[in-house]
Amino acid sequence: MNRIIKFIVLDILKNKIVLVYTAILSILSWSVFSLEDNSTKGLLTLLNVILLTVPLISVVFSTIYIYNSSEFIELLLSQPIKRSKIWWSLFFGLTLSLLLSFFIGTGIPILFYAPSDVGIMMLLVGFFITTVFVAIAFLSSILTRDKAKGIGIAIMLWLFFALLFDGIVLFLLFQLSDYPIEKMMVGITAFNPIDLARILILLHLDVSAMMGYTGAIFKDFFGTSIGIFIAFIILFLWIIVPFLVSLIKFNRKDL
Amino acid sequence: MIEINNLSKNFGKLKVINNVSLSCNQGECIALIGPNGCGKTTLIKTILGMVIPSKGTIKFKGEYVSKNFEYRKYIGYMPQIGRYPDNMTIGQILEMIKEIRKSDLDLDEDLLHQFKLKDLFNKRMRTLSGGTTQKVSATLAFLFNPDVLILDEPTAGLDPLASEILKEKIIAEKQKGKLILITSHLLSELDDLITQIIFMQDGEVQFHKTIADLKASTGEEKISKAIATILKAKNNE
Repeated sequence: MNRIIKFIVLDILKNKIVLVYTAILSILSWSVFSLEDNSTKGLLTLLNVILLTVPLISVVFSTIYIYNSSEFIELLLSQPIKRSKIWWSLFFGLTLSLLLSFFIGTGIPILFYAPSDVGIMMLLVGFFITTVFVAIAFLSSILTRDKAKGIGIAIMLWLFFALLFDGIVLFLLFQLSDYPIEKMMVGITAFNPIDLARILILLHLDVSAMMGYTGAIFKDFFGTSIGIFIAFIILFLWIIVPFLVSLIKFNRKDL
Repeated sequence: MIEINNLSKNFGKLKVINNVSLSCNQGECIALIGPNGCGKTTLIKTILGMVIPSKGTIKFKGEYVSKNFEYRKYIGYMPQIGRYPDNMTIGQILEMIKEIRKSDLDLDEDLLHQFKLKDLFNKRMRTLSGGTTQKVSATLAFLFNPDVLILDEPTAGLDPLASEILKEKIIAEKQKGKLILITSHLLSELDDLITQIIFMQDGEVQFHKTIADLKASTGEEKISKAIATILKAKNNE
């Protein structure tokens, strides 16, 4: 591990917010599993909680952290270090520490109560969602120099992906219910990492039978191993694309 | 050592540096002077790669600085306003930079001792006064024995004692044959330090002369008066 990542991870792990985040995830997970007698039900409840909180904390904490690191970045820039290395290190540092708190908070209870395929899948999806939203934070914080604006953009993006997107999709479904748009819906989910994550898990929980015809189409696609593979590739793109865009912008930024 | 060729930098419509060409060599002690906002700091930051030039090139020891970063290990930079991570202590900052530079050998800790920073090692950067922050910046700039020192307003904010220590350090380094680039407004302070002057205005270099030349052409003994004479002459044109 390179030195800069080490400094960043140590700095973040000292941060009380991350400790509180880990504690909250941990309390939620343990209590959800001990309240439900059935681990599948537990996973389902946990899924909804995770898909709301993990993206929010990841994106807001990362954005603020990046803005607060401006002095650190400036200090390192006058040293013999490659510019892109600073940005990559910041990314890895933030991702690693948030993944660690997710694993301690949620991963351990999942492995304890539901060490099944779905449990593992849930863990993986959580890792991906964390990283995706760290990448989105990098994008929103490089877009503007103004901290308040940057955090605003980050929260808006979270709001869009977590709540608004579903609303828009539902609206489209009702408006276009006369047309055969079910297959198109599979494509549309690719534009929202949270939905993608949700569907990946739901289809493995045997509750998809209750989702009607659209659910069947989803099952046809996401139920196969190729479908899962493609879904993870898309999640991966959700990490790479925002981050690379921010990296290109950072390399050209005047400090 | 540093060659700047037709360098320009725009911030939006504002031209901060306009077609500047300069060359600075080893053993010189150069003062970069000019009114506020004439592009001195921006010029320095382009040399360090912190600001990306819109046009033109910079060579350091014969190599282009764009897309390069290794050359910065030969530069000690003291910023005008040093900004450091709030939560780190002086000791941690020094340790971190040492670790990043991977060099424990050949450290120049003169300033560290003379500024008595060791007593403040556990203080967080947030709690430091402006002057103490400047001392940390100066210590960091000289710490690795760099071939080139770039000092942006080094004595601003330092008390007379500290500023004298720093001046003596600069003279000592100059005698080792290093290239030193200083920006300052206090012309009187520069008198016994510098060998050359670069005068900038509105993003352009007005003149680049040795002190001897400058004094001879104006007939003045003091740098500040010599410059005043030149500026008056320019205004009358």
